[in-house]
Amino acid sequence: MTQRYVVAIDQGTTSTRCILFDQDGRLASVAQREHRQYYPRPGWVEQDAVEIWRNVDRIVPRALRDAGVSAEQIVALGVANQRETAVVWDRHTGIPVGRAIVWEDIRTEDLVRELEKAPGADKVRERCGLPLATYFTAPRLRWLLDTTPGLRDRAERGDVLFGTMDSWLIWNLTGGVDGGSHVTDVTNASRTMLMNLATLSWDDELLAFFGVPRAMLPEIRPSTEIGGVSRRVVPGIRIAAALGDQHAALFGQTCFARGETKCTYGTGSFLLMNTGHELVRSTHGLLTTIGYQIGGDPVNYALEGSIAVTGSLVQWFRDNLGLIGTAPEIETLARTVEDNGGCYIVPAFSGLFAPHWRSEARGIIVGLTSYITKGHLARAVLEATGWQTREVVDAMNADSGMGTTALKVDGGMTADHLLMQFISDVLDVPVMRPMVAETVSLGAAYAAGLAVGYWPDLEGLRRNWHVAARWLPHMDTGHRESEYANWKRAVELSFTWGRPKISK
Amino acid sequence: MPGPIQAIERAAAVLQLLARGRLGLGDIAASLNLPKGTAHGILRTLRTVGFVEQDRTSGTYRLGAALLHLGTSYLDANELRSRAINWADALAARSGEAVRIGMHLEGNVLVVHHVFRPDDTPQTLDVGALLPLHATALGKVLLAYDATVAGPLAQRRLVSFTRRTIIAPAELSRALGEVRSRGWASEAEEYLPGEAAIAAPIRGHGGLVLGAIGVSGAVDRVLDGSQRPRVGLVAQVRDAARAVSRDLDDTG
Repeated sequence: MTQRYVVAIDQGTTSTRCILFDQDGRLASVAQREHRQYYPRPGWVEQDAVEIWRNVDRIVPRALRDAGVSAEQIVALGVANQRETAVVWDRHTGIPVGRAIVWEDIRTEDLVRELEKAPGADKVRERCGLPLATYFTAPRLRWLLDTTPGLRDRAERGDVLFGTMDSWLIWNLTGGVDGGSHVTDVTNASRTMLMNLATLSWDDELLAFFGVPRAMLPEIRPSTEIGGVSRRVVPGIRIAAALGDQHAALFGQTCFARGETKCTYGTGSFLLMNTGHELVRSTHGLLTTIGYQIGGDPVNYALEGSIAVTGSLVQWFRDNLGLIGTAPEIETLARTVEDNGGCYIVPAFSGLFAPHWRSEARGIIVGLTSYITKGHLARAVLEATGWQTREVVDAMNADSGMGTTALKVDGGMTADHLLMQFISDVLDVPVMRPMVAETVSLGAAYAAGLAVGYWPDLEGLRRNWHVAARWLPHMDTGHRESEYANWKRAVELSFTWGRPKISK
Repeated sequence: MPGPIQAIERAAAVLQLLARGRLGLGDIAASLNLPKGTAHGILRTLRTVGFVEQDRTSGTYRLGAALLHLGTSYLDANELRSRAINWADALAARSGEAVRIGMHLEGNVLVVHHVFRPDDTPQTLDVGALLPLHATALGKVLLAYDATVAGPLAQRRLVSFTRRTIIAPAELSRALGEVRSRGWASEAEEYLPGEAAIAAPIRGHGGLVLGAIGVSGAVDRVLDGSQRPRVGLVAQVRDAARAVSRDLDDTG
């Protein structure tokens, strides 16, 4: 019998990956390409959607070739993507209107402050589950409509389309200008601030509040009912699922039951807890979002603690400071010293996300003395990820009323043992990495495979989950608490430093 | 006897030129009287092995980090783990056994990566642990492909861990010869009673052995009825080693 596979495309913030999985959830091949980041002004982050599409066009055939697999052996394709990044393109030419504006971009800071004062602002969070912040898509879409001449008219006529990366890729895969399907999944839609969390459809009041024409929006579908068959790249593959990357990771970690939680360590880090069919509203600075939706079933909601800067701090340390040659070398450098030497880095590059939601916060390095070496800085870089995790875990425990007893982790940074040990130490719980660290891709593959019956049910997927590594806490309580207190003081300083301009 | 290889001479000249400072492609080609296409080909190759780096904004070339570290370590241990993690996971999932990756460190095998046996039983991470070179499959791979590792070991008395540990230098030398001819190593109760292991080399640019990846587990699972390493398991280990090597070569 011919072996069959599911293919996942993980369109991430810094790179796009294509991974083939077999029926046991084992990885058969990987192809990857990075794309360029543009920083035209401080706080602005852009990407070229065409470059990303071209990368998909290259890596999918390569992944098939590396595994020696033909298109006929692929039963389904699933897409997972960086969330909240906005692409607007011309329906007739397929050409994007400017560059994609990335989720880390904070150009809408002033706009968000204005929107906070606009009538109806108090209803936004209740309708979409998200606080007004530069992080989400609607303000950046509004910014594009306001600043691009003629764009609003074209949007109202339906000549230009809006989408997050899932929509952009699926539209292109299914034919582009030649009848491409303009859809998004419910998890991605839940990050735009335009979808009503209870009705799962575009909300008229939110559209009016943000001034976004309905004609440019994609159709919202369940995560496993995307519909459509690829007509480009590798034609004839069923596009069966799409999820935002963090939702895909929740699925890939098989967090199917209420209370199950995972944290994915990538460019940013994202802790999600499945709250079942119950829509839980956070009182501790977390987001309410959609976990996933399988077919016509009711959605599974989730609580999310989003951390903007974790892996990207390591990249900054590598690219902007040049203290290491590759990201994994941060561990080598950090191990040249015993501790942080009293130094703390708060990476509030785009303000601070959960649980603070302070757009005005700015990054700081504190505790510098002549004793501090680059080794201490490397420690402080890694510890920043640990303490930010602690903050969102504390919020999650407070909101859910459940105490975290262990943390399931995934993502590229889980290769860093010093960091994983530190996270276990500061949370005082075991940290577990599953056998497949590529959980985002795995989740997209699982959802796609489930949609076409390649996997029968959730229980079958659960059986594929195994522990690959486990770190146990062994930090002394007194030390942990005093370090946490120092971190909190540093966070306070990042608020004061980034104090908004006083308007006269 | 064949004469000197022109491409290597030209590459050496490019490196000597860059040792004086950063230069653009045009300057390099002009200085060495080479067509731009030829100079670019040489620079591209030197970049893939890390001997040359290109500045992202100006496009100029300079000597690369790999050249500066020549003679110290070839590859950062954490870098190797990060690159190998997917393949080590896949090997553990396929084989059902624990996976370790080892590099040489001062006469020992340093465990740089460890994936649990996928049966969810309690297991302890031993990343950072040191294992004996002569008594483990990982160690035999490292010894077989690196004379600078094997040489000093020949001067030392080999420690016996079980009654099966190879401690006679001649016997070890024969075993290492076999590793080289087969392309993989094994060990049966030579380190821990009841355990056996299989390992294969991880290679970087030009085939340089940088480390070893392998599985270990209960003797009856790793060996077949005639006490030889199971053929299927050997193939899985070698596939994983090749996949990691390909990854290192692709993006190095």
